[in-house]
Amino acid sequence: MASLMAMTALGRREPTTVTHGPLTITERTDVALASVAARKVRIADLAQAAQAAGVPLPGPATHQQGTPYSAFWTAPEMWFVEAPFATHELIADMLKAVFADAASITEQTDAWATFDLTAPDLSPVLERLCNVDFRHVADGHATRTMMEHLGVYLIKHGPGTARIYGPRSSAESLLHALETSAHSVF
Amino acid sequence: MIIHHPILGPRDAQEFVYLGDASLIDRPDGVTAGIEAFHDYLYNRTNPAGEHQELWYHEQGDRSWLVVTRNTVTHEITKVELASDVARARGRTK
Amino acid sequence: MTQSHRIQGGQIDRTKTLRFTFDGTPYQGHPGDTLASALLANGVRLMGRSFKYHRPRGPLSAGTEEPNALVELRSGGRQEPNTRATVAELYEGLTANSQNRWPSLRFDAMGINDKLSTFLAAGFYYKTFMWPKSFWEKLYEPIIRRAAGLGSVTREEDPDAYDKGFLHCDLLVIGAGPTGLMAALTAGRAGKRVILADEDFRMGGRLNSETYAVGDTQGADWAAATVAELSAMPNVRLMTRTTVVGAFDHGIYSAVERVSDHLLTPAAGKPRQILWRIYSTKAILAGGATERPIAFENNDRPGIMLAGSLRAYANRWGVKVGERAAVFTNNDDGLRTALDLQAKGVDVVAVIDSREGGSLLPGIRHLQGAEVIDTSGGLGLKTITVLQTNGRSETLAVEALAVSGGWNPNVNIHSHHRSRPVYDASIAAFVPGQDGPPGLLVAGAAAGQMSTHAALKTGRDAAIAALGLANGPDLPQAEDAPVCISPLWHVAHGKGRAWIDQQNDVTVKDIKLAKQENFTSVEHLKRYTTLGMATDQGKTSNVIGLAVMAELTGRSIPETGTTIYRPPYTPVAMGALAGRSRGKEFKPFRLTPSHHWAKEQGAIFVEVGNWLRTQWVPKSGETEWRQSVDREVLATRKSVGICDVTTLGKIDIQGTDAGAFLDRVYANTFSTLAVGKCRYGLMLREDGIVFDDGTTARMGQNEYVMTTTTANAVTVFRHLEYCRQVLWPEMDVQLISTTEAWAQFSVAGPNARNLLAKIVDQDIADAAFPYMGAGNITVSGLRARLFRISFSGELAYEIAVPTRYGDALLREMLAKGAEYDPIVYGTEALGVMRVEKGHVAGGELNGQSTALNMGLGKMVSKKKDSIGMVLSQREGMTTDTGYRLVGVKPVDPLGKLTAGSHFLEKGAAPVAANDGGWLTSKVYSPHLGCDIALGYLKAGDTKIGQRMRIVNLLAGLDTEVEIISPHMFDPEGERLRG
Repeated sequence: MASLMAMTALGRREPTTVTHGPLTITERTDVALASVAARKVRIADLAQAAQAAGVPLPGPATHQQGTPYSAFWTAPEMWFVEAPFATHELIADMLKAVFADAASITEQTDAWATFDLTAPDLSPVLERLCNVDFRHVADGHATRTMMEHLGVYLIKHGPGTARIYGPRSSAESLLHALETSAHSVF
Repeated sequence: MIIHHPILGPRDAQEFVYLGDASLIDRPDGVTAGIEAFHDYLYNRTNPAGEHQELWYHEQGDRSWLVVTRNTVTHEITKVELASDVARARGRTK
Repeated sequence: MTQSHRIQGGQIDRTKTLRFTFDGTPYQGHPGDTLASALLANGVRLMGRSFKYHRPRGPLSAGTEEPNALVELRSGGRQEPNTRATVAELYEGLTANSQNRWPSLRFDAMGINDKLSTFLAAGFYYKTFMWPKSFWEKLYEPIIRRAAGLGSVTREEDPDAYDKGFLHCDLLVIGAGPTGLMAALTAGRAGKRVILADEDFRMGGRLNSETYAVGDTQGADWAAATVAELSAMPNVRLMTRTTVVGAFDHGIYSAVERVSDHLLTPAAGKPRQILWRIYSTKAILAGGATERPIAFENNDRPGIMLAGSLRAYANRWGVKVGERAAVFTNNDDGLRTALDLQAKGVDVVAVIDSREGGSLLPGIRHLQGAEVIDTSGGLGLKTITVLQTNGRSETLAVEALAVSGGWNPNVNIHSHHRSRPVYDASIAAFVPGQDGPPGLLVAGAAAGQMSTHAALKTGRDAAIAALGLANGPDLPQAEDAPVCISPLWHVAHGKGRAWIDQQNDVTVKDIKLAKQENFTSVEHLKRYTTLGMATDQGKTSNVIGLAVMAELTGRSIPETGTTIYRPPYTPVAMGALAGRSRGKEFKPFRLTPSHHWAKEQGAIFVEVGNWLRTQWVPKSGETEWRQSVDREVLATRKSVGICDVTTLGKIDIQGTDAGAFLDRVYANTFSTLAVGKCRYGLMLREDGIVFDDGTTARMGQNEYVMTTTTANAVTVFRHLEYCRQVLWPEMDVQLISTTEAWAQFSVAGPNARNLLAKIVDQDIADAAFPYMGAGNITVSGLRARLFRISFSGELAYEIAVPTRYGDALLREMLAKGAEYDPIVYGTEALGVMRVEKGHVAGGELNGQSTALNMGLGKMVSKKKDSIGMVLSQREGMTTDTGYRLVGVKPVDPLGKLTAGSHFLEKGAAPVAANDGGWLTSKVYSPHLGCDIALGYLKAGDTKIGQRMRIVNLLAGLDTEVEIISPHMFDPEGERLRG
């Protein structure tokens, strides 16, 4: 669409992948993101519209997978909705069309640096980074937490699969923290 | 300390920001109340050694403001509520 | 001399030899040794000098309680002072040096202090060095500091890393002796998530140092088998070399794991230590007990040790401290030592038992009702003098003396919430009291349950009780001997010094002096004598000290009480507390969208919170920062300049009440703002002081975008959530930060519009996009936002694109607008231009100033309720003589100004009474050709045009100035509307 060339959160043209031992950290630039917050006393309308459009609205501290929309809970009556960037670069506009005045929608795609983590077991790395009981929580657990002073969202897709949304401006610091922990553990 | 968030369950107090006495909920109306009322509201607080209702903000969490009933001597927390619920119960609605 | 004192047995690996040095001398030991056990195996008893008197000292203990055998471990950046040789695990290539001695450990010149001890008693600081006063800092203190001390801190940076981490469990078991192992086994077999932590490198606790049977096997073997079973359980985490150092609220414990301290250097990337924060539902303190000595004359010589420790060296490490040994005891545990030593082939010359009656040990000279009254031996024990009941004294030649004054339960962790331990006369020791940390149970010797059977049983029962289990494993058979003790705290005989706290050189005499001077409370006793204030925190000495005080004052021991226990249980390295937050990794950085471009240009960056912002962008040939900044200012005002303003907080505010909400959080009105327009907003705190400012745009009927200052982005957001949830929960408002979602650039200068016209797809002529306009636009089809706002006083816009395109947008603007010679300016030029225009920023938004002070009093609407409106009208905040923002320029254009300088009337003395206010911000204005400043001046609005002085006594500045309007450049604002 644009003639301007995009730069990843790590300041490169292409997303970065880092591997150390069994851990792989993959920067994701192909995820569109928007926040959806229910307008006052409009939660029922919101839920109805969401169901019709196939936008999941999972309960507190959970993530729900879907196509094209996935979503995770971030605050009371508020969610972050994910979709493929290639087809949903204008995700905020698309969701506004879905929810009309039942929700407040805000573009969030470029507010976050997105890293996918994979390893047979991620808990040894994550227990050096945050206070989430990763071993114990169920798949689909989504929570805000702190990693080396950075507020991030951590989503557990499985014992060895997780996604981290961190503040985009601190992408380098966040990756450094993840890599440092990986070297500490593996 | 561990704060049992009414929605998210036990969370480390490190994720929260402390504000102070939950009497801050009872803000006078700026149009009708005078300087004296606001002065009392802002500055006159009890400072109990014992049970205390206080406002905590889950900044590294879901951004909920909570009213935490905590014993300032033992740090025992006996009740945690969403501040918006408490505010509504105290009549802060249209 | 290779391991001359090594005997058979022990849990060391004799198939491997480890080489190490102490004070440069090479020695050998084995895996499983501590530095202390290896030195003792080599016949080295002398390991240190005492803190004050420089007395020769050897290890008193074999564990964490050690007061004497403190060494400097390793060298260079890894040098660690005050390391207890008794817990330092031996490794190949270990180097250690003794400390607090000169020139050498064997001959220490400061040993003279020992001869001067009469003058160095408790409190000598406070009495001796008081006069003349000026001598303290220059003469006395440096001398005392040199003479008294511990190890030295390296001046080099620690090359190693320290991690932090978080663990969760149903049950945390602190200590892996028989109690802890049994508790962990009970919980582990029940499927619970268990963490078992022990500070030792080998689990088993005292079982490793005793010869008891547990079940049908040796205690140490039972421990090893139990550890093996536990390690096979996926729900159990075994943590050796891990000390639980503190109990905090609601089941949180902190623990230090020494990951690499037993290695020459940590493996690549691996931390030296990890500070764990452990979240436990329940915890069991199974920390065992610590033996205490008995105070008697010259009881501090190398070779005099705690009985259980001498036994441990023999049984666990295969070391005899001397060929001939004696035992001095007031309880049955001393007798156990005698038998164990004898079984190991040591010649036990005598057991000096202060108790009378009872059965005599077979085959050993057992003197009942006897006391050790003195010892000899310069650098190590040679003889002891024994006084028997019949009044006969006798001197015995021994190299080792085992002393047992009874065992103190390790109540520390249980007392971290100020639970007071209670005295149990049956074991002559304090046991855990009431009101310990909720969820923490105590079992085994830590609870005063001293036999192996009691340890196993209470460990199991505590786990059952903690977790609500129906039952637990069967208990193996184990000894269940009673504690037979008749308290003896100190030997009254003799006039010499009898040590209580060996690390801080506190003797019975010092306790007497404290009593004499009426420091009889234990807390006063501690501070007056320094009893228990050393790195060992008095683990072997506190109880004796208070018992002696009880005796002197005629109070009971419970009446005398203990001092308060605080974390940490053992010393924690500063590095472990810092974790990864060191040097460049002290905090995360935030990088702006233009960071990579700016780096290519060799820009200078400045830290603004966590952000790295471009401060200025030097061009070739510019050697001084002022050259770059002046050029950036002039070029912007002449043509066009671009500045990355992404760092300003951006908050998306939506909802049907969004406008009404803004009316309440801003002092001025926003509900009336037209869609597609923006307005400057002033936010107050409830006390009427200015909180923050910024421009807020109305993007739709129910949609606003607020900007905040960079510094307050987080606190403003928190405040808005507070207003939304706590004050006005009925309002339909939704908030989210979009600071990072948009790359935003200010484009300022007469050619700003011309440049942007080449970039954006829409018409932005003045008619189509007037001053204070705002709207969604596109850049080559890409969604973007444009705001016509100005901080510089120029015709200016802020343009925003999704962050990933920010770098490209900047390059595009520079390329497509090349004909206008655009420059990129940094925060310095930004600051110059805003001061020229009299806009407030950090120096003025100082948390003390009102809207009236800033000359913005009219912005506070009295027609509506808003945060801070009422209290901003308070008496004292509205006086005509209060501070007002003014501009300042020197009368002589070469006159200098500095921020922080004070206003004085001409001829007034530079004293506080004459203070007229202060300068908040100062810059050099290339347009005005001189320094200019903003400042708060009392009744400043009435003083425009007057002459005053700017005085800064620290900078030696006294400049005559003219008070002018803060709007120092283009006061009519013609440029920004152009």
